[in-house]
Amino acid sequence: MGRTGLAVAGALALLAVAVLAAFAVGRYPVSPGELVTLVQSKLTGTAHTLPATVETVVFGIRGPRILAALLVGAALAASGAAYQGLFRNPLVSPDILGVSAGAAFGAVLGIFLSLDVWAIQGLAFVFGLAAVGAAYAIAASLRGHDPILVLVLAGVVLGSLLGACIALVKYLADPYNQLPAITYWLLGSLAATNPGDVRSTLLPVALGLVVLWLLRWRITVLSLGDEEAASLGIRAGRIRAVVIAAATLVTAAVVSISGIIGWIGLIIPHVARLLVGPDFRRLLPVAVLLGAGFLLGVDTLARTAARIEIPLGVLTAFVGTPLFLWLLATARRSWQ
Amino acid sequence: MRSRRDFLAGAAALALVPPLARGQATRTVTDDTGRRAEVPAKVTRVYAAGPPASMLVFALAPEKLLGWTTPFRPDERPFVPAKYVDLPTLGRLTGRGNTANVEVVLAAKPDLIVDYGSVGPTFVSLADRVQAQTGMPYLLLDGAFERIPESLRRLGEILGEPARGEEWARYAQGILDDVAARVARIPRERRPRVYYGRGPRGLDTGLAGSINMESIERMGATNVAAALGKGGLVQVSVEQVLAWDPDAIVTIDRTFYASLWRDPLWQGLKAVQAGKVFLSPNVPYGWIDFPPSINRLVGLRWLGRSLYPDAFPEDLRPFVREFYTRAYHQTPTQEQLDALVRTAEPRKG
Repeated sequence: MGRTGLAVAGALALLAVAVLAAFAVGRYPVSPGELVTLVQSKLTGTAHTLPATVETVVFGIRGPRILAALLVGAALAASGAAYQGLFRNPLVSPDILGVSAGAAFGAVLGIFLSLDVWAIQGLAFVFGLAAVGAAYAIAASLRGHDPILVLVLAGVVLGSLLGACIALVKYLADPYNQLPAITYWLLGSLAATNPGDVRSTLLPVALGLVVLWLLRWRITVLSLGDEEAASLGIRAGRIRAVVIAAATLVTAAVVSISGIIGWIGLIIPHVARLLVGPDFRRLLPVAVLLGAGFLLGVDTLARTAARIEIPLGVLTAFVGTPLFLWLLATARRSWQ
Repeated sequence: MRSRRDFLAGAAALALVPPLARGQATRTVTDDTGRRAEVPAKVTRVYAAGPPASMLVFALAPEKLLGWTTPFRPDERPFVPAKYVDLPTLGRLTGRGNTANVEVVLAAKPDLIVDYGSVGPTFVSLADRVQAQTGMPYLLLDGAFERIPESLRRLGEILGEPARGEEWARYAQGILDDVAARVARIPRERRPRVYYGRGPRGLDTGLAGSINMESIERMGATNVAAALGKGGLVQVSVEQVLAWDPDAIVTIDRTFYASLWRDPLWQGLKAVQAGKVFLSPNVPYGWIDFPPSINRLVGLRWLGRSLYPDAFPEDLRPFVREFYTRAYHQTPTQEQLDALVRTAEPRKG
């Protein structure tokens, strides 16, 4: 356990540094002194003499965006880790059952219908859940096959159908106004995060993560195979349903505010496995911390590296790929 | 074997010979890229390849327009006369993504195809390809803002309506000259720094030189996003907009306009505090940047009234009524006019 403790402590330290750095930098000039004054006045409840805009920037814009980045990173990494264990497949990512495609279709539809931002996010959330629900229902009705294979196939097929629906909406959308908005949404970004986004996402993400944490031992057993699980008195089908529901809930919740951000759900679990091995009880906390820290770091880069916002979906891959290859080359531990 | 060869030869000959050669008088016209094409002496059926071209052709000669590229939405329909609003939807042939089926276009039997907008090499080669494939003369007009009068004049000639083209060109030139003269008199320090917010979150904007910002730059206003460089549409953050703290915000997105007044993050901006947020009308077409066609002329006066109420003291409604009557061939009602100019005109009472 010493290794896990070390990994958790290291990840926590990195996370703290990332949060501090994220608060300190941005396009609006806020000096470290002003930041300290603001935090002091917030903690002690005393008044400060700084302009109201500075407070808005720090607590209304950067704060929610940092929280959102942490939530999104943690949620994607956790559901990725859960799925990889559940399906006993290292190539699985949270969108394997169609949650991202469903959420994307919901959001694209909302933009196409010129709906309110809340309605766009609501549609994304609902369609994300519905896509996985449909995949699960289809798989459950097709008996006599390998249940995991049928489930994954149903998810993949539904996902590509939803991809076609997205393409159709893009094709019909107004090319001068809606098409750019749709494209930006599909690229993923936290540029427009406001406090309400964090409030609406926090509860489903917390709920899903708690469920995954409570099932950590059963997920570890399931990752060994259904027979092994059955010999230990675990009903694989039911646990699988609960884990899928929890992972889908957190993914749909975060994707509805961030847009499509790939890569994290696939790669961060591998990084965590390289550090602490495949046991889900150790894997989950490390993956959550790494995912949160990684996405926060990338998002800070996305809003500061260039003068315009860099899409998160693009930047995660650019930053993450060399990082992962380096880890792979230097790792001594097997992650299978 | 022989009959098949005859058939192929016949088909090839038919494709090579322009349809106008089938017993009609023709004349040669030149488009804005220097491409020459034979068109019938009397043009009566025109296919417009994209929304900007539809608007241009419709303004000049509505009876010659064969169809629209996209159907009108319910809120756009009341501005277009009933006999034109339900013309068939033929799809767009060029621009960002084709939706037109070439056979559908041919079945509509156009005398010629007109496109209006970019005249870059992509569009020239596209025009050449379609013209070679269909045997239909395909003419490209330059969509640059300052060339609007010239394009109207040239299209008038192409359509065989030089008088209408000339009249429209003079009207358009009059608007451009009037706006330019008024803006020139405004001292530099009174010219505002403007943020143009697009998308439902209002965080998509245009960089310096983007076609989306042409109207705003033409009004002598500074595009705050020009500080980021040259280019097209980009995404920025709320924090960046707060750092710019523009004097005025212009948008065309209703969702963003409605949420801006409620969202606490935007309240710190002096433009919001001063109420200088202007929602561009978008029916039947937008007034600022899309589609980039002659609709931008009415947008110039609207921007002038919004940004410089002293230099543009006149009520916008008579001007809008005249423009809409000319461009869409139907005089808007008083309620329609009031709704169109709502954010630019001071509230009554």
